[in-house]
Amino acid sequence: MECNYELKDGCLRICVPKELDHHCAVGLRMEADLLIEAYQVRKLVFDFSETEFMDSSGIGVLIGRCKNMSYSGGEVTAENLSERVQKIFVVSGLHKIIKIETKEDN
Amino acid sequence: MENKMKVEFDSQSINEGFARVAVAAFVANLDPTMDELADIKTAVSEAVTNAIIHGYENMAGTVELSCVLTGQTVTITVTDHGKGIEDIEQAKMPFYTSKPELERSGMGFAFMEAFMDEVYVDSAVGNGTCVKMEKRLGRRDES
Repeated sequence: MECNYELKDGCLRICVPKELDHHCAVGLRMEADLLIEAYQVRKLVFDFSETEFMDSSGIGVLIGRCKNMSYSGGEVTAENLSERVQKIFVVSGLHKIIKIETKEDN
Repeated sequence: MENKMKVEFDSQSINEGFARVAVAAFVANLDPTMDELADIKTAVSEAVTNAIIHGYENMAGTVELSCVLTGQTVTITVTDHGKGIEDIEQAKMPFYTSKPELERSGMGFAFMEAFMDEVYVDSAVGNGTCVKMEKRLGRRDES
């Protein structure tokens, strides 16, 4: 699985892969949690610029990371959502629990 | 005119992507919109993932995937011969998951229902599950 991570000043930026399904979710979750714990991440950013496909397995990963971050008082945001990914967020209600940053906000 | 295809593959998560692409390539014959195609891919992904995680519980098994095009209607069937679903209504409830430890969102059936027109589930404990989904394409042109 290809997934890039950037760590800077307690902020972990996860470049979500092209397709976030169950197959890819398993590895992403493991790697993200390792990094979050090891580097005491306070802010988590999911960058969807490369993502063309996401299903409910992806939702599970995001909700799970949100829960973990809220226990430790951290923050989670999602950025650069394609129209498709945005639709998945809305259908699942994820847009109500994760802050979505649009280009205008940056 | 009817046109149909059928594929079988091992219940390994790496095949989820294959299943989506196989159906998308076949449905492309009907000239769907990008949105319709994405809806179908999402629904296929949900049904196949369920078969692998819940039907076979990540053990070896075969997932059957068929797709029938009748006019502008796409009918997709995903079948497993795994453990089956005890309570289908409960399984369909949004946010319900039998495997919270796997961090499943419980949105699988909700997504199938959101992105397809009809979803039928037939299941028998110990025998497996068959999910049949229908979507009518090209409604953007209807008046």
